[in-house]
Amino acid sequence: MEYLGFLVELVVALLLVCGGLTAVVGGIGMVRFNDFYMRMHGPAMSSTMALGCMILASILFFWFHTGTLRFPELILTLFVLISAPVSAHLLTMSALHLKLPRQSNTQGGPFELNEKIDQD
Amino acid sequence: MLGSMSILEWGIWISALLYMVAFCLNAYRVLIGPSLPDRIAALDTMYMNAIGPVILMGISTGTRFDFEAAMLIAMFGFLSIAALCKYLLRGMIIE
Repeated sequence: MEYLGFLVELVVALLLVCGGLTAVVGGIGMVRFNDFYMRMHGPAMSSTMALGCMILASILFFWFHTGTLRFPELILTLFVLISAPVSAHLLTMSALHLKLPRQSNTQGGPFELNEKIDQD
Repeated sequence: MLGSMSILEWGIWISALLYMVAFCLNAYRVLIGPSLPDRIAALDTMYMNAIGPVILMGISTGTRFDFEAAMLIAMFGFLSIAALCKYLLRGMIIE
């Protein structure tokens, strides 16, 4: 039982560190990317991987701390997984509305940014 | 003191340090962001990152009462981001 407790603590600590590392990677991308459309990767990283790791660690820790398996954190996961694409969509729509500049090697080419189609 | 820490406390402290670094990077983008959607995207990432330390505090104290605070942060963050984007798109929030 002592060995199992140490193993659970190790897994919980690894999940916590993995969540923190993912948040740092999202922050580095937020600083280093040159373009708004590339910078939209940052919220996606921290909403899916970092928060998922933290919530898994919380469920696992409280399972072995209280002895019963309950999932109140899954409501939080559900809400964030629903709301993150909506906020990303609204952000990109406002960026396209303001016609933010993009780099030449940014893929995609939406018609809102294409000057030729605008002039025709 | 450092020798008596268990591996879970090490994990909690390292994760809190990493979240602090992530907050500093996002705050840098909020300060220098050349346009308004850049700053709003950085604020979006900051409120997503603010949920993590609340869960960390719940694990370190051993209670689950902090979960409602995390839920409130998620709700108000999404509402504020949606209101700011609607303001940028239309010029007003409620039409």
